[in-house]
Amino acid sequence: MKIIDIQEIDNLISLLREMNYLVVGPTIQNGAIIYSQITTSKDLPIGYTDDQSPGRYRLIKDKKESYFNYVVGPQSWKKFLYPAIQKLYTAYFKNNKLEIEREENPTTKYAFIGVRSCEINAIEIQDRIFFGGEYQNSRYKGLRKNCFIVAVNCSKANSNCFCTSMNTGPEVKSGFDLVLTEVINNSHHFFLIDSGSEKGEEVLSKLNTREPDKESLELGNKVIEETKKQITKQLETEDLKDILLRSLESPVYDEVSKRCLACGNCTMVCPTCFCMTVEDYTDFFKTKAERIQKWDSCFTLEYSYIHGGSVRVTTGSRYRQWLTHKLASWHEQFGTSGCVGCGRCITWCPVGIDITEEATKVRRIAEFQTTSMEEI
Amino acid sequence: MAKAKKPKLAVWKFASCDGCQLSLLDCEDQLLQVTEIVEIANFPEASREIQPGPYDISLVEGSITTPHDAERIHKIRRQSKILITIGACATSGGIQALRNFKDVREFINLVYANPKFISTLQNSTPISHHVYVDYELRGCPINKYQLLEVLNAFINNRKPNIPNNSVCIECKRKGITCVMVAEGKVCIGPVTHAGCNALCPSYNRGCFGCYGPKEAANTSSLAKQFMEMGLDNYGIVRVFRGFNAFSDAFRKESEAYEK
Repeated sequence: MKIIDIQEIDNLISLLREMNYLVVGPTIQNGAIIYSQITTSKDLPIGYTDDQSPGRYRLIKDKKESYFNYVVGPQSWKKFLYPAIQKLYTAYFKNNKLEIEREENPTTKYAFIGVRSCEINAIEIQDRIFFGGEYQNSRYKGLRKNCFIVAVNCSKANSNCFCTSMNTGPEVKSGFDLVLTEVINNSHHFFLIDSGSEKGEEVLSKLNTREPDKESLELGNKVIEETKKQITKQLETEDLKDILLRSLESPVYDEVSKRCLACGNCTMVCPTCFCMTVEDYTDFFKTKAERIQKWDSCFTLEYSYIHGGSVRVTTGSRYRQWLTHKLASWHEQFGTSGCVGCGRCITWCPVGIDITEEATKVRRIAEFQTTSMEEI
Repeated sequence: MAKAKKPKLAVWKFASCDGCQLSLLDCEDQLLQVTEIVEIANFPEASREIQPGPYDISLVEGSITTPHDAERIHKIRRQSKILITIGACATSGGIQALRNFKDVREFINLVYANPKFISTLQNSTPISHHVYVDYELRGCPINKYQLLEVLNAFINNRKPNIPNNSVCIECKRKGITCVMVAEGKVCIGPVTHAGCNALCPSYNRGCFGCYGPKEAANTSSLAKQFMEMGLDNYGIVRVFRGFNAFSDAFRKESEAYEK
């Protein structure tokens, strides 16, 4: 563990740029924290924080000139590692022969600055999805293997955070190259920094660091402890998988379908949701076709369309599909929960539907704590 | 070898502003390609040369507002193998369907010096209320790339890539921050059919619902949320009474708040 002064962030950004990384970090765009290319520390949301509750997000002025004192915004790092729209290949029909030209894999080297613990967990979940098994997504894998992660320990939580329930935060424990803890205390403003990989160590050795004294280390620990205390939302995960899978006919889903817009926002903002569709486009002359991959959502009717119609016609059945996949069948498929407790689906649902509340309702009915929906 | 005959295309106008059919002329770069694969046989906006029917594809713009038009659409249907409606007027009655919520005779008396010359129907109705429609392309106006996609798909015998999902999905794919959640703006994108590539939210405005209701639009939940955001009954009526006021989902929602 070392200490760097706040000005050293600029050094870190330039070092990474010299190493041919495309440096991406938090910026302010359209009233939210958006991950975007940065070239200096001035691009960071210095002095800003956010206020979040179900269906509501506001960017607000922070009391201090903090660099990273905000909670996760609408976007996640998946927009870089797993872009929303990608061309996969082009097919040509020439001289009565079909030729297929595969799109080259992207080779961008990303350096992500400001990655939170829940987000690292989300990236690792997507790693398992895209290259954890027999079928490898080489586009994702290439980008992922190239990327450099500068994590940040959260100095703040909002009312939608529940990483402590999902065991994914707020303290960054692994999966990073460098990790920062921002300490702002009276006259002090510095970062504690540590490396988690050889690449990280190499970068760290080039920064102007100093050794931390006992007090600084304590201040760093305090940041994480204080954040933990701010997390009030909880999701009881014990036996949740079994409860959800044996409550497929729970009345909760009928009730939620009255509120759910089936707009798909929750799946779009989720850092682990990975569903996609492919669309084939032809030219007018039947000589060329392109296959485009796009993020898709299990909340659309078309998503479950097979010959003859959609499998999940009601909104309730689609909400159930999403919730039970995320919190239950994901375990069987990928060995962990699909939820990291970042709270994005709660904040960015236009009508503020809360996954933890809905799952808790299913549990309460399943455990006979209540039999009527009105009581919940 | 004789060249295969090109499919014949006709473009028809009913009560509308012409904006949708002009989207075809607006295709500029692709327009010549279109003429290579279809024969523009009847398109008065583009050419005086009008060939007789039948036509392989008819694009129909506008809503039915007069007894004469209610007859004419049947003649067009009989001459068309495939009939595609383009735009909000043809698909849901358009902005002129606002009159459906009032007594049209009152408007006529107010607007025209000699009301006796006006022959009009009480309601402005979509084409599908009169004849069978093969495909409906949404929008006010339509998106020209979607128009090309639909023409392309019908000519090449494939399904058009025109999703029926919400504007939100386009918005999020584009990386736009939700104006409703982040700024408290009224936006009917969550219940609106995609197709505009989230045009208004991209300019930091709420969606106006130009593409009409999406599949299974839960307008009542969204209206309740607008109430919580501070809209009153009249405000909610206004939100759903736009270019697609007479579409089933939007009409029912606005009527529920009018009482």
